[in-house]
Amino acid sequence: MTEPLLKVTDLRVLAPTGGAIIEDLSLSVRHGEILGLVGESGSGKTTVALALLGLTRRGARIAGGSVRVDRDELIGRSEKELRRLRGRVVSYVPQEPGVALNPAIRVGSLIRELAQLHRPDLDPDVTVRAVLDRAQLPSDDDFTRRFPHQLSGGQQQRLAIAMAVVCEPKLIVLDEPTTGLDVVTQRRILDEVKRLRDELDTSMVYVSHDLAVVAAIADRIAVMYAGRLVEEGPSHATITEPHHPYTQGLVSSIPDHAVPRRLAGIPGVAVGVGDRPAGCAFAPRCMLKTPACEVETPALERVGPASLVRCLRWRETPAVAVQLRIPQEGRDGQALLGIEELRAGYRGRSGLVLAAESVSFSVASAECVALVGESGSGKTTIARCIVGLHRPDSGRVLLDRAPLPAVAKDRSPDSRRRVQIVFQNPYESLNPRHRVEDALSWAARRLRGIGRNEARRDVELMLEHVRLPRSIAARYPTELSGGERQRVAIARALVAHPDLLVCDEVTSALDVSVQAAVLDLLCGLQRDLGLAMLFITHDLGLVASVADRVVVLERGVICESGTVRKVLASPAHEYTQNLVKAAPHLPAGSAARSP
Amino acid sequence: MQAVAVTEAIRHRKGFRLPRFLRRKSVRVAFGVLVVMLLVAFAGPFVTPRSPTALVGPPFADPSGAFPLGTDYIGEDVLSRCLAGGSLLVLYAALATAIAYIIGGAVGLLAGYSRSVIDPILMRIVDLLLAFPAIFLVLILAARYGSGADIVIIGIAFIHIPLIARIIRTATLETSVRGYVEAALARGDSTVAILYREILPNIAGPLSADAGPRLTTSILLIAALNFLGVGLAPPAPSWAGMINENIGGIALNPWAVVAPAVLIAVLTVSINVVADGIARSFGHSTEEVIRR
Repeated sequence: MTEPLLKVTDLRVLAPTGGAIIEDLSLSVRHGEILGLVGESGSGKTTVALALLGLTRRGARIAGGSVRVDRDELIGRSEKELRRLRGRVVSYVPQEPGVALNPAIRVGSLIRELAQLHRPDLDPDVTVRAVLDRAQLPSDDDFTRRFPHQLSGGQQQRLAIAMAVVCEPKLIVLDEPTTGLDVVTQRRILDEVKRLRDELDTSMVYVSHDLAVVAAIADRIAVMYAGRLVEEGPSHATITEPHHPYTQGLVSSIPDHAVPRRLAGIPGVAVGVGDRPAGCAFAPRCMLKTPACEVETPALERVGPASLVRCLRWRETPAVAVQLRIPQEGRDGQALLGIEELRAGYRGRSGLVLAAESVSFSVASAECVALVGESGSGKTTIARCIVGLHRPDSGRVLLDRAPLPAVAKDRSPDSRRRVQIVFQNPYESLNPRHRVEDALSWAARRLRGIGRNEARRDVELMLEHVRLPRSIAARYPTELSGGERQRVAIARALVAHPDLLVCDEVTSALDVSVQAAVLDLLCGLQRDLGLAMLFITHDLGLVASVADRVVVLERGVICESGTVRKVLASPAHEYTQNLVKAAPHLPAGSAARSP
Repeated sequence: MQAVAVTEAIRHRKGFRLPRFLRRKSVRVAFGVLVVMLLVAFAGPFVTPRSPTALVGPPFADPSGAFPLGTDYIGEDVLSRCLAGGSLLVLYAALATAIAYIIGGAVGLLAGYSRSVIDPILMRIVDLLLAFPAIFLVLILAARYGSGADIVIIGIAFIHIPLIARIIRTATLETSVRGYVEAALARGDSTVAILYREILPNIAGPLSADAGPRLTTSILLIAALNFLGVGLAPPAPSWAGMINENIGGIALNPWAVVAPAVLIAVLTVSINVVADGIARSFGHSTEEVIRR
């Protein structure tokens, strides 16, 4: 076997406080191979990505180990030598190109500068054209004179990738390059990355939190948890037959639009690097935990021809269980919520920007309808119209066939109580100055007109409903994790005893395993309390996991609607077809095994 | 360091919960000092050994048994004037700052939250006020309405109002687009309830960080106006005025200048540390507060 192109041995990165962010991490990437580096927030994946360029975040430092790319050792080099190597030997594609591209320099100058720095032998104008062609962007003057912020997110990312390959580096590190992009754009970037690899035979490290995306592009996958590598192996095998309980949980957490399934999730929250327990870091969340797991840190063990796992009990790890979910169809109950010919927009500098145009749909009681669309499709505006936060330009919102006033303040207290919303970002939907208990009981008292004591009893009940310990009532939101906050936000909506819950991208700020747990909770609540739910999302996989019917929104206009089964399996509209085609999903192997 | 001992003693008493901002040691020390300074300022006038306005000896006499801090430029007792000269200074500064916060705060909240034509109108008025040189504003007022204490207080308040209104407006703008404000709107909460429950607690941090320097500025402004003969005019004793009166004799009896200067310095520094401590207890270091 030939020498790998990238060889990382015993890498150790320390935080400013002295704790290890990354502990004894070793991995290798062969020529022309794409390694997917997967982990949830706080797993240390970005730290590893930066270390591959000899960099650390401010304050952190690389305390030991080696990073070799081809014949060049990167650790222990002077900053000057490293700068010479970066771009030529290793290059980096950052997570948010909108932030990483200098906003004050035009696209043309940006590339020219790079070309002059690294390839003074070439004619800069030729390089500019070559880069833009490679990114499949126009290379005329009109385009090169634009500033980075005048490009779309996808264009920015394609440009960043094309710039990273100007010097034909041996290794490219891509850090969450598609996070925040629409699925169709994401698909395009993924294809682009693959094409580059095939053309240039470059090796790549693709860092992401999204196992489904990584599965679509990587040859091998390395899974990180709390700063350690817990599993590594060929892409397909790792996903279809994970050996580490964490990987198994992660795979079970991923929604898949092709196979509607109930998501399992992993209990608890990923530990940060600072509070890593002794022994196996995953033990507190692990169902296979034994006393030994809490004492001894397991070593990476070879478990197959090309797989490694860091677990004492990997032999017992259950197979990925797929619990198929059957959407409830044909609920012909009365329409609880009706939207009729809704038209809404924002007054921008250049007149009215329409966010929704003649939108009509309905939600029956106890039904879950998903509203799907890419960013900018107007789905949040529609949600805001429903709860009375945005005044529509025309059209009506009906509750029990009675039209609701446009603004929440003008609505009757009872109709305000019956329709509740859970916002996208739990980090700002809860007032940081109010204890959980105060926030919840205030909502209950305001909306239901009940007394303090009754409200307090209800708060306890609701916390139980959203599976939070009672002790959380006395805490402030800043003391809670993202998943816990979103549960509190859900509880705040539930104390109103609503009939309809509007969920606006409620899981998009959460880790995959936490998202699965929150979804599981919502589905359970919907079933147990007989709630109707309008579930707004951009993720078709989530639609398959929670909804009965789906409404697809394209730039403010409904282009298709129907039962989840029908729309996802055989979409009629071209836009939906593109969405379905572009949505990443796991290899079929994992889905073939039913419980 | 008696003050520290007192606050430490309070801290260790059983069943007493220390306010959050006092959990940092530096703030506890400053708080203790501040309490002592306020005691000196407000109880001082009642315990002066001599009348603060009586001529009791030769000018600029050295400290002695009779005059522990010597005498000033016309032969008044420096110690007595120090004890008597804090109350009005602190009172006026506090009043001016409080009035400024009430008016400026209301303007800022209204402008920041309204999202209507009220905002630009209020802000242009604020800009107009801002365009006047600060001291000049008070002098004009004094020239027109006389140099009484009320004019000084109102004048200083008006110096602060535009800046406070701007800070509060910006903080309100930022806060009023948060999800919890939206949630309150969807609940149908009244504007007053939203401002009071959702917005005010969240802008209290930047507000209290700003309040310390502002109170200090008020004290210094009163001192400056004093120098120009507006407000606390001689022979009434005031720490700020004492520095001006006695600066010529600093070589003869330095205490007549140093003592009031030290009093002002200690007062303003302790105010700032306490205000900063309050701001921290609200703001960025919440986690730190929790961990203890």
